[in-house]
Amino acid sequence: MSGNIQLLSDTLATAKSEGRSALIAYLPAGFPTVDGGIEAIKAALDGGADVVEVGLPHSDPVLDGPVIQTADDIALRGGVKIADVMRTVREAHEATGKPVLVMTYWNPIDRYGVERFTAELAEAGGAGCILPDLPVQESALWREHAEKHGLATVFVVAPSSKDERLARITAAGSGFVYAASLMGVTGTRATVSSQAQDLVERTRATGTDLPVCVGLGVSNAAQATEVAGFADGVIVGSAFVKAMLDAPDDAAGVEAVRALAGDLAKGVRGQA
Amino acid sequence: MPSQFFIPDPEGQTPNSEGYFGAFGGKFIPEALVAAVDEVAVEYDKAKHDPEFAKELDDLLVNYTGRPSALTEVPRFAEHAGGARVFLKREDLNHTGSHKINNVLGQALLTKRMGKTRVIAETGAGQHGVATATACALFGLECTIYMGEIDTQRQALNVARMRMLGAEVIAVKSGSRTLKDAINEAFRDWVANVDHTHYLFGTVAGPHPFPAMVRDFHRVIGVEARRQLLERAGRLPDAAVACVGGGSNAIGLFHAFIPDPDVRLIGCEPAGHGIETGEHAATLSAGEPGILHGSRSYVLQDDEGQITEPYSISAGLDYPGIGPEHSYLKDSGRGEYRAVTDDAAMQALRLLSRTEGIIPAIESAHALAGALEVGRELGRDGLIVVNLSGRGDKDMDTAARYFGLYDTDAEVAADADTDTAEIEGDAK
Repeated sequence: MSGNIQLLSDTLATAKSEGRSALIAYLPAGFPTVDGGIEAIKAALDGGADVVEVGLPHSDPVLDGPVIQTADDIALRGGVKIADVMRTVREAHEATGKPVLVMTYWNPIDRYGVERFTAELAEAGGAGCILPDLPVQESALWREHAEKHGLATVFVVAPSSKDERLARITAAGSGFVYAASLMGVTGTRATVSSQAQDLVERTRATGTDLPVCVGLGVSNAAQATEVAGFADGVIVGSAFVKAMLDAPDDAAGVEAVRALAGDLAKGVRGQA
Repeated sequence: MPSQFFIPDPEGQTPNSEGYFGAFGGKFIPEALVAAVDEVAVEYDKAKHDPEFAKELDDLLVNYTGRPSALTEVPRFAEHAGGARVFLKREDLNHTGSHKINNVLGQALLTKRMGKTRVIAETGAGQHGVATATACALFGLECTIYMGEIDTQRQALNVARMRMLGAEVIAVKSGSRTLKDAINEAFRDWVANVDHTHYLFGTVAGPHPFPAMVRDFHRVIGVEARRQLLERAGRLPDAAVACVGGGSNAIGLFHAFIPDPDVRLIGCEPAGHGIETGEHAATLSAGEPGILHGSRSYVLQDDEGQITEPYSISAGLDYPGIGPEHSYLKDSGRGEYRAVTDDAAMQALRLLSRTEGIIPAIESAHALAGALEVGRELGRDGLIVVNLSGRGDKDMDTAARYFGLYDTDAEVAADADTDTAEIEGDAK
């Protein structure tokens, strides 16, 4: 069974045809529990997210700030396994029909086996992966298997990426390009970095057809509107996790996620 | 005149241009760090070929660090090692008390050449942190050291030393609160501050070029030891023995002996409470290949690639990874790695103290315990060189508690006396 790379591309194209940015939400699997995480992810999609990234928690999340570290810790202490991540992908996709990606670090996939992981993710209805510590020059094996199974390889680009590097990355990537809005780890920020628009423009200047979506530091509807002014998609992670962490109980957390997705969906439509 | 003390690996040797030692190494880093890591590689390559850099580093290594370090024969200790001759390479006598200063001075000079004004570093036992804080004081660089919260407690003396030297010390409270987590936090800092900050990585792990560059700065250890042994013993050793956490002092000792096929290269990993208990940090003995902190190497991990929490009494060896060149030496068969328990290391620590008047770091004591075993295997004709990578002052609180050396703990002290009788009995 082939993965849903085409659904991902179609979803981003539809948003563009509506004259808006897509809203991409991130939440880790297994947080606060496997079933609770599935409910939260479905709520993000029902609330207005076009795409979701399901985090596969890792013991050593070097690119994540304290909020996602906390969620990963909770998920890992709860015993989340890759099979649970696959179930999360499957249920989120089947319930909503929307594209579901996995975001994780390279070691869990390397250890699990690239062929096994890509085959299972495609079978679960997944659309692709974001692997922020797998740079393009180390990615050949991953891409071979991802392509075979119809999965997107979403690379991250950073404000420090030089133009020739952007060209190499956009040539190798698929689905969309994840433009990190700032130099730093995940987490909410009060303002959108001025580096973000420049990076989006430099990425597009490579001539790539891939949508360019911006993440890191975006947490509210006003910021989503601002980013939507220059990017094809707006990626929000820590703010969703924080909504869950701050809620008095799991049910309230799920509703907070749904409400935030609704606000952000208005934001990307300029209706905030 | 060629450099006396900065002796990088001759051209054309490992790793390859992508940073691989066989199947191990590489550069598994976030895109945000690619430009900075590439810059380090380019600047290091330039420095390596610049006689001015070698001259400046040589001057520091001689007049600041105190190189060459002594080679001390330890006959009373060697009586417990099957009668083999044992020599210690005295990196503990370097300024700041360990081998770490060799690498730190090299990278600090590189930091200046790159025009960066701030240095960050991780530390386990605090030896790399102290050396880094020292170099930053010397060169007027801003300095932040990340240290696991557990390590700040068990190596409190080194925390005070770093602060005395003007460094900011941040106690890392995430994960296992030891060296691994300190490295994670340093990477997070680096991603955010890379424009003016150099990550002065302290071991032969991490993304390329760190494993090769850090090795090159420590290569002097083996080059000196080889020359000193030829002068003093008239031959090459049968075995070069060192402790391995990340593996920097070991690769420093081993590397100059790699072309000598009759010299066994023996790394001693921390077995903690014993590998069978699961409470250890013996990465090569019990790990599997994976990716941690920017390179492929052996790591302690579960079936799904989650890094497992290591344990060792020694903060400097309490790490679930290992430099990629050691993985390569292991798999190629050129290196041998064995595991040494907390208890064996502590007994060796006390034995060296009492037989030779040298108190080693707990890290180095793992190598000494390994040397006792190797010596008994080799017998009277054996010749062993051990890297005494650091001095034990920082470990006195841990050792005092272990052996019950504080007056307030008379009961434990009585137990420790029993232990002494056991060691003496064992060894003779």
